[in-house]
Amino acid sequence: MRSAVIVFPASNCDRDAHDALAQLSGREPHMVWHGDSDVPDVDLIVLPGGFAYGDYLRCGAMAAHSHIMRDIKRKAEQGIAVLGICNGFQILTEAGLLPGALMRNADLKFVCRPVELVVEESQSGFTRKYSKGERVRFPVAHGEGNYFADEATLDRLEGEGRVVFRYAPGENPNGSARDIAGILNEKRNVLGLMPHPERACDPLLGSTTGRALFQSLIESLT
Amino acid sequence: MTAITPDLLRRHGLSEDEYWRIKQLLNREPNLVELGIFSVMWSEHCSYKSTRAHLRRLPTKGPQVIQGPGENAGVIDIGDGDAVVFKMESHNHPSFIEPYQGAATGVGGIMRDVFTMGARPIAMMNALRFGAPEHGKTRHLVGGVVAGIGGYGNCMGVPTVGGEVNFHPAYNGNILVNAMCVGLARKDRIFKSAAEGAGNPVVYVGSKTGRDGIHGATMASAEFSEDSQEKRPTVQVGDPFTEKLLLEACLELMATDAIVAIQDMGAAGLTSSSAEMAAKGGSGIELNLDRVPQREAGMTAYEMMLSESQERMLMVLKPGREGEAERIFQKWELDFAVIGQTTDTGRLIVKHQGTIVADLPAHALSEEAPVYQRSYTPRAVPLPLARSAVDSSRPPLATLLTLLASPDLCSRRWIWEQYDYSVMADTVQQPGGDAAVVRVHGSTKALAITTDVTPRYCKADPFEGAKQAVAEAWRNLTAVGAVPLAITDNLNFGNPERPETMGEIVAAIDGIADACRALSFPVVSGNCSLYNETNGEPILPTPAIGGVGLIKDIAQMANIAFKREGDAIILIGKTTGHLGRSLYLREIEGREEGAPPAVDLAEEKRNGDFVRRLIEAGRAGTVHDISDGGLLVALAEMAMAGGIGAELRRENAGIAFFFGEDQARYLLAVPAREGESILAEAAKAAVPAELLGTTKGDALSLGRGVGITVAALRAAHESWFPAFMAAEKPA
Repeated sequence: MRSAVIVFPASNCDRDAHDALAQLSGREPHMVWHGDSDVPDVDLIVLPGGFAYGDYLRCGAMAAHSHIMRDIKRKAEQGIAVLGICNGFQILTEAGLLPGALMRNADLKFVCRPVELVVEESQSGFTRKYSKGERVRFPVAHGEGNYFADEATLDRLEGEGRVVFRYAPGENPNGSARDIAGILNEKRNVLGLMPHPERACDPLLGSTTGRALFQSLIESLT
Repeated sequence: MTAITPDLLRRHGLSEDEYWRIKQLLNREPNLVELGIFSVMWSEHCSYKSTRAHLRRLPTKGPQVIQGPGENAGVIDIGDGDAVVFKMESHNHPSFIEPYQGAATGVGGIMRDVFTMGARPIAMMNALRFGAPEHGKTRHLVGGVVAGIGGYGNCMGVPTVGGEVNFHPAYNGNILVNAMCVGLARKDRIFKSAAEGAGNPVVYVGSKTGRDGIHGATMASAEFSEDSQEKRPTVQVGDPFTEKLLLEACLELMATDAIVAIQDMGAAGLTSSSAEMAAKGGSGIELNLDRVPQREAGMTAYEMMLSESQERMLMVLKPGREGEAERIFQKWELDFAVIGQTTDTGRLIVKHQGTIVADLPAHALSEEAPVYQRSYTPRAVPLPLARSAVDSSRPPLATLLTLLASPDLCSRRWIWEQYDYSVMADTVQQPGGDAAVVRVHGSTKALAITTDVTPRYCKADPFEGAKQAVAEAWRNLTAVGAVPLAITDNLNFGNPERPETMGEIVAAIDGIADACRALSFPVVSGNCSLYNETNGEPILPTPAIGGVGLIKDIAQMANIAFKREGDAIILIGKTTGHLGRSLYLREIEGREEGAPPAVDLAEEKRNGDFVRRLIEAGRAGTVHDISDGGLLVALAEMAMAGGIGAELRRENAGIAFFFGEDQARYLLAVPAREGESILAEAAKAAVPAELLGTTKGDALSLGRGVGITVAALRAAHESWFPAFMAAEKPA
């Protein structure tokens, strides 16, 4: 699997994403500067976590208009896989590649903790190595992860099997509607999620349940 | 020219004597810009004029030390060509006035100190002291400081991995916010601040200069009074986004060999960075302020030289390398301006709008500040608490529950969940243990980091208290299996012009020096914060110690969580039941009395070395040091962390055994078959050790009566902080 990690000014999980991809795929991902006009020819584009443009205006709002996003939108339409983690998820909603918005956490505080998630959907290139209903544990670390969309959109996401990760009962750290932690686009090639699978790939860090996400991608894209 | 009046001197925090000295050095009267420059450079904050003579007694050398005090941060060798760069610094006064920005810019400032040296910051810690929970401002200050630390550190993508928090009425009018940054560099790529050579370009990078923070260093060198809120405009405003770009740009430039010297613009901004770089390099610096990137129009030379706008750096480049450097800073969308050059005159010359507005000897500014031998009176050490003075009839387990839910012992989860402690994917021990542990990226080595001091001990006996702070830091590093390497110290005290306060400072420095020497644990960086008092009420003496240790093989590391049932619980160290100045005495009996526990440094070393050898040999994976709250609190923390209970066979032990705060002690939980051999080895090594009981079930029991469930312990431990912060009105 060939992959690229986009680096925005003040991305800060770019190295973590790079390491997870390099270790699990055995191939060095391209690190692509946001000011570049083209993403190299790859199978997967990752928008990493961080505070792109300082999260000024709104999280992800300025990054969504970054130079590189034009090519990412084009490639997403062509069916290239795009994974947005945390700030990357926020950028994807701001860019219109995923529906809904990520608001401030319900208690207005940043939250960092491992959370238990339910894999709601294993019928996707991102989750085929999981089984439906499987429990996984990824850390969250965000101040604005409170997923919001209107009822019709939420119903549609659920109806089309596009809610891929849900916070397990009692684990919702941010007030997200219907405990949603991660969603797919209509074509199922773009995934955004708030929790960090790349921080759950090493037994020393407490969980390895994030590996299957990258392994699913490797299996579907290689 | 502005006349220099006594009132003007007072507003600049300069004494008549100091002014006389300035005139002697210059052979003339200074102008206002020059007076301003002298006032910040000779402020307590920048010059250490009250402590310098005493700080010389601290041990600063060792085979592991690459750089001791005197640079932006200390540097330690951790083998394989790797070096650790670290320092702790206070941002107390600004944080009291404006908690969010004060704490945020404290974090930003200490990070710059570390990446200026060529290191990538990999972990942040903080040591916080607030006033009494029931004081009207406390909740607001806690909320603001925690949000500010998180707001800055989280955006930087550097994990905040631990720290400590105390509450005490002595901090009602003067909180303490001490932030520590630990970075990683290659040993042969350390950058320093000596601006050597003449004719080298002096380059300004980072944010533009504004009018914020003017005279921040002077504010930090005076006591507070009721009108301190009026000083709000002297607090700087932080922009972590720009700092993140500055970090990446600096590291990118540092990968080349274009830099001669680099220094961050922290306290006293452009003034101190230029004067210190010139003085260290034995050169001079000529600056043209017209070229300084400015945020607002019409700034005077005085304002520009004294501004403490954040996220700025001053560099001296090799001639001809400006273009290469500028391209890097342009890529990161940061200001880059050549604002002057080095000279061989030894003078700091500042030009503005075609005229020379300051012409001063750089060396005098940075090295010839007055050094005061302030008079001091030693503190009379209190008598030990009489054993009969304690009510020993209280039921231990109910007392334990009360203690676990007290402000100084309860869980700090409410705080650390607001910090991104897992970014960089190397945090192998998160907040809540003895020391945070962060892996050296891509290796099997790890750094253990801790911050410690027990101010209530220091108040009673600053010498023993300071010794204890160093010993506890050493012990916390040992308890995870690390070899303690070095410390940074952040000395927070009141007004040094009071002989009693000066006595505390002198005794604390002596205590630190003794402990560091005995434990081979040198001081490599530090910061003094004096004048921490409001309306004449000083804080508790608070010499915060930040310790760093090395775990050579991360596979052999201990943590505090019970791992399985049936493990033998072993107590290492001598228990006499010392209750003087204990949390038991304060929280349960409402008294702050007696002498603090003494630290026997030889015993500390013997016991700690014994425990570390067991960890390194893979024989003890569950270890906890015993400190605040004593043995039963430590045991409860191990049970809560592992979700497993314990049965002690100590039916007849009393309050003093369970809650005494004797030093040099650890609790271990080891497989039962190891227990006997460890006890035998301890006896041979002259290390006191005894079998206390066994890990068992889901409750803590003392061998008689009913126990208390781990769930109940957790409920008590986790409840206080969220409830306190959620309350609308002061508690």
